[in-house]
Amino acid sequence: MRTFPIGGIHPSDNKKWSKDQSIEVLDLPDEVKIPMIQHIGAPSTPLVKKGDKVLTGQVIGQSAGYVSANIHATVSGTVTAVDAYPNGQGQRRLMVVIKREGDEWMPEIDRTPELKRECNLAPEEIVAKVRQAGIVGLGGAQFPTHVKLSIPEGMTAEVLIINGVECEPYLTSDYRNMLERAEMLLVGVEVLMRAVGVKRAVIGVENNKPDAVEHLREVIKRDNYAGIEVMPLQLRYPQGGEKQLIAAVTGRQVPPPPALPISVGAVVCNVSTAIAVYEAVQKNKPLIERVVTITGKELKSTHNFMVRFGTSAESVLALAGGLPDGDVKLLNGGPMMGRAVVDVTAPFIKGCSGITVLSGSEAPRGKELACIKCAKCVAACPMGLEPYLLSRLAKLQRWDDSEEHYNAECIECGCCSYSCPSNLPLLDYIRIGKQMVMSNIRARAAANNKK
Amino acid sequence: MNTLVLTVVTLGVLGILLAIILYFVAQRFKVEEDPRIDEVEKMLPGANCGGCGFAGCRAMSEALVKRDDISALYCPVAGADVMGSVASYLGKAAPEKQPLVATMRCGGSCQKRPKVNHYDGALSCAVVNTFYVGESGCAFGCIGYGDCVHACKFGALELNPETGLVEVDPDKCTACGACVKACPKGLFELRKKWPKNRAVYVACRSKNRGSVVTKVCKAGCIGCGKCVKVCPFGAITVDNFLAYIDPDKCKLCRKCVNECPTGAIHLENMEPLPKEPKTPAAPKATPNVEKSEATNNQ
Repeated sequence: MRTFPIGGIHPSDNKKWSKDQSIEVLDLPDEVKIPMIQHIGAPSTPLVKKGDKVLTGQVIGQSAGYVSANIHATVSGTVTAVDAYPNGQGQRRLMVVIKREGDEWMPEIDRTPELKRECNLAPEEIVAKVRQAGIVGLGGAQFPTHVKLSIPEGMTAEVLIINGVECEPYLTSDYRNMLERAEMLLVGVEVLMRAVGVKRAVIGVENNKPDAVEHLREVIKRDNYAGIEVMPLQLRYPQGGEKQLIAAVTGRQVPPPPALPISVGAVVCNVSTAIAVYEAVQKNKPLIERVVTITGKELKSTHNFMVRFGTSAESVLALAGGLPDGDVKLLNGGPMMGRAVVDVTAPFIKGCSGITVLSGSEAPRGKELACIKCAKCVAACPMGLEPYLLSRLAKLQRWDDSEEHYNAECIECGCCSYSCPSNLPLLDYIRIGKQMVMSNIRARAAANNKK
Repeated sequence: MNTLVLTVVTLGVLGILLAIILYFVAQRFKVEEDPRIDEVEKMLPGANCGGCGFAGCRAMSEALVKRDDISALYCPVAGADVMGSVASYLGKAAPEKQPLVATMRCGGSCQKRPKVNHYDGALSCAVVNTFYVGESGCAFGCIGYGDCVHACKFGALELNPETGLVEVDPDKCTACGACVKACPKGLFELRKKWPKNRAVYVACRSKNRGSVVTKVCKAGCIGCGKCVKVCPFGAITVDNFLAYIDPDKCKLCRKCVNECPTGAIHLENMEPLPKEPKTPAAPKATPNVEKSEATNNQ
């Protein structure tokens, strides 16, 4: 069974808490707060103002530039405010608040449940529809999908890789999508294959989800999807990283930047993204909802909810019996890559695949000891970096040296901090180094452009 | 025994020969260096802090000796006296610069700005700043893990465990600007240093609306603009719901301090003006007294 060649760890996957909960469609929220930035790139420009009536699926945020994404109203009703509200990290971001009235959709959206498989659109038309629908990578990185699907000139895609790995512990939203919405997923894969012009697609699934592999294979056989293959992969974190998945599936290594996955002929999309593409292209439905996992050992009940963006985390957590007593750690995402949430009134956004609730005893930070140069972090790093060194360089603020040692290549998977026997917060410092190196690189590029 | 003698003699002769060669080589390739550079370097403090903009005191002295116009060169650590003697030694016009002092512009102590979450990661403000806004609800306030304290080479900053805020000792501060660079929230400013370390400044950086500020902090600037109206010198401006006192225009008249409803304008080492009877009593005096006492005690 295949996997990526270097690094990686084996955290316990803890998917048992929520994997058997089928997707429940949440009741429509009475009020949504929709942030104008839910993607990597420039924040969108709000198109509505206080007092405007909006329909579900209406564009309320215009993408500002190529690497940006449209934002749509997720419920119908009246805009009550366009103002800054805190996000999960407490930072105030521009959001559009809509008070729900009824459930009226934009007329062009096809809401019938029938599967529509036939697609005769040209690749450019598919990309345009994906862009219009504001689709971003739903695996967590929130990178605008239309940018990925636009193959640069002089390059050709050879294989489409669909990321069904879900290597992050606890989360099960992709898994439930593969089990319950396999038909939509496979049509989405066909549409994506058409968009990037490939004859072969591989759905990579880690082998802790054998039922998903089996189910997808069954549907492929039953409905004759040509060129789509399901590949079980050895269990190993962070297999869901784009470059790791390409290495696992094709055996090819993506060179350091500025090379992109397309340099080795691969385009990678998440399974939830593929379903969103199906809905956007075949049903004209923009990206307004997604499946999120609400999980944690201490919660009264765990769920996989279909949530409209803008719903407050508080109201969804209440359905899971509220937060447990005492100190808890609340994560937007899973325990490895998720960001801690300090404000539960914050809304769900496109990149949030789940909320993990850890009690204090499950999320201990050990006492920091000195680095003993055991190189466990070097062995664990899936990008082949030297985390102990990068972390030290960042502490000493030697940004040029950080850049020389490929700090910008770090994918922030957290394998180094996980493997450190001295409990050093390696990634915390490497992340600072990465931000500084990236901003230095951007500043240099801007200076070169001026010349 | 023979071997021993032979070794000592060989090495001894070799050493003498090499020393002679080295002497002549050193004479031949001698680098002519202005002796004044060494002298100037001796006058400079030797802290190598980089506050002047050069890599260290040596580089600064080279620049001082080589440049004709040294008005742009200034060592904030040495101050005007030393710069004056350096200038007179070199026979150049002394660079003039008013003395500055670092000012920490956040008044949100633990009591006035309660913590709403608990952080247990790496103890560094920069790290906290990559994760989220910090343990209080204010996105602009002091994080309190002391990156500036570590950055200060002169021991002028200290974290007060009672208030959770960093305090500046103006007597030790040399205005090298290391703290300005270290603070991820940009709380430090180099402001004009008045005699007796007197100071009036807005101890808040929150660009949020007043209603948002008061929810998270009782000592924040709410952007009401009362201080702007009362200032006779036009030194105060309000931008993005945040007042700013221009240190070059301010004359320390202290009228704004009494006017501020939240006590965000801090007064240091000065008595506040007597309250005018018509203005209703506001709790502004307390933080000022607290702050100035703390400074005096240092």
